Amino acid sequence: MSATANQSSNSTAQLSGERLHELYQTMVLSRYLDQRVWLLNRQGKAAIAASAQGHEATQVACIEATDPTKDHYLIYYRQFAAMIALGTEPEEMLRGFLAKEGDPMSAARQFPLHGAHPRVDLFNFSNVIATQLPQAAGVALADKLKGSDAVTVVFFGDGASSQGDTHEAMNFAGVHKLPVIFFCENNRYAISVPIEKQMGIESVASRAIGYGFPGVQVDGTDVVAVHEATVAAVARARSGEGPTLIEASVERLLPHTTDDDHTRYRSAEDIEQMSQRDPIRILSDLLKRRDLLTDSEDEAIHAEAQKRVNVATDTVDAEPYPDTSTMFDHITAGSGNNAGNNTGGNA
Amino acid sequence: MPEQTVIEAVRDTMFAEMRRDDSVIVLGEDVGNRGGVFLATDGLIDEFGEDRVIDTPLAESSICGVALGAAVNGMRPIAEIQFADFVWPAINQLVGEASKVRYGTNGVKTAPMTVRVPYGGGVRGGLYHSQSIEVLFAHTPGLSVVAPATPYDAKGLLASAIRSDDPVIVLEHKRTYRLVKGDVPAEDYTIPIGKAEIKRPGTDLTIFTYGLMLHYSLQAADMAAANGIDVEVLDLRTLRPIDEDAIAESASRTGKALIVQEDTPAVSISSEVAAIIGERCFFDLDGPITRLGPPEIPPMPFSPIQEAAFMPSPEKILAAITRLAEI
Repeated sequence: MSATANQSSNSTAQLSGERLHELYQTMVLSRYLDQRVWLLNRQGKAAIAASAQGHEATQVACIEATDPTKDHYLIYYRQFAAMIALGTEPEEMLRGFLAKEGDPMSAARQFPLHGAHPRVDLFNFSNVIATQLPQAAGVALADKLKGSDAVTVVFFGDGASSQGDTHEAMNFAGVHKLPVIFFCENNRYAISVPIEKQMGIESVASRAIGYGFPGVQVDGTDVVAVHEATVAAVARARSGEGPTLIEASVERLLPHTTDDDHTRYRSAEDIEQMSQRDPIRILSDLLKRRDLLTDSEDEAIHAEAQKRVNVATDTVDAEPYPDTSTMFDHITAGSGNNAGNNTGGNA
Repeated sequence: MPEQTVIEAVRDTMFAEMRRDDSVIVLGEDVGNRGGVFLATDGLIDEFGEDRVIDTPLAESSICGVALGAAVNGMRPIAEIQFADFVWPAINQLVGEASKVRYGTNGVKTAPMTVRVPYGGGVRGGLYHSQSIEVLFAHTPGLSVVAPATPYDAKGLLASAIRSDDPVIVLEHKRTYRLVKGDVPAEDYTIPIGKAEIKRPGTDLTIFTYGLMLHYSLQAADMAAANGIDVEVLDLRTLRPIDEDAIAESASRTGKALIVQEDTPAVSISSEVAAIIGERCFFDLDGPITRLGPPEIPPMPFSPIQEAAFMPSPEKILAAITRLAEI
């Protein structure tokens, strides 16, 4: 199974059966990695984890519609599947969760999945919700000024939709018709606060009309539907027509993070109902109905994912933590061990 | 050498930097056809067009957040905050976000952005057009904060800020914009961020100051000279990283330190300067480290009488010089 399942990105045509099969593999790998970091937390090895379980279909389908060789991705903390779809190896992600020296995103300074990817333009500066949205507008503005046809995709949850930065970003992007896709993964909970306490309207997508661009609601467990919606948004952005707000309805199958207990605020009935919308089961069923997957192939995919995660865990678990001296690096140009390597213009 | 005001130096520097580097853009409220409320951006839109001189919606967080995003994608934005008092909605994008871009990505991303912030009082600005906001930024690792007080320094430090590969907050004292004139060479030059300058050499005591208070301190030093007191005036110019060596050298040499600032003193730049002198110059001091600032009330009353009572003045500084010199 390839972690870089997005190499032959299919951004215009419909998804082929073969491609659906590959996306399914990416989702399963994400699920096993997600389960593993939860386990590593319970073992006292990973200080914190936020789960993407329930969000996998949405994330891989969205990425599939874009072009990782030139597009920009401002992710948030629940983006396991998106990161794998963008070519991040399980080892690289585990180095973040276990705060190891080799963490490629932030050298273990930040929470897992935060920092910037060294190969793909994927980044996540902050834990402060919605700060990435105005930044995404700025990234897209730069592309517009440079004459690039790159698209910026910024991911956020329903919780972020309440922040003032979300309004400011969408307003700015609407004024300048920026090539940006505001991609909301709506799992109906901002930690414990349900959607009806977050907004007086029915959907996040309906807000788009206030900014002069389309807002689209899509079933986030449906790979085909999310892909189709994102393809349309990418086409709009690339051709200079401006932003799109996509709201994908998903389920958060686990509590907010390893520090949360959702039985404190979700009813047993709610938990039972949402577990019916597991996107992995939904896609597995679809593939089997279309004769694109057999039970034995499915078992092999799961076994392979588990093996891949086991190997990665063993590798990373044995790796060293960063040396204390590295905490002085990269504060500003030329700081710490980078002294004498100042590329700044301050001299 | 042509004489300019501070505002003219700021404007000409932006013209020069935008001609020098196509990636330099300006964004903020009223920076386009209005030319900025202080006319700092006057004429930029005529030469560089709407793409590079962007009138933004009235929304400071996105002004700085958009600037940050553009900066990590190859631009060198200059964001203008119309008045320092309005910067608070953008604090998260600056203190929370921009300061940590390089650090939080282990150097994969950088944010070469400049934020110009007109600040300070004595302009009948009342509570919301007078504030000194430097402390929060100066407290933040990852940010640089400069506060040029002369036209020459305004050009050199603004050019350094724009060319820096990290975020720089440029504090421009509003009262100095048209009050202070000085020679500014037409040719290109920069002033290093992090370097103070002795604006008036002296032997009896040193005033450590910045911004508008530099000019009041120089006036007070001239008055003190008439009384036979030889005052040195050190202009901090950069508030982060602060020039500890220059501070310690001057304090050790004159043996007496008077720190003058317009901001309220508690937990401020003067606290930091006093700590540096206390740590590094203890055995060279001939008198108590002395601070002169306004009273601890919300800056600053609109009433002209109360505003004058709030602001340090050359006369108040002279009195403090005299007291310290006599010890």
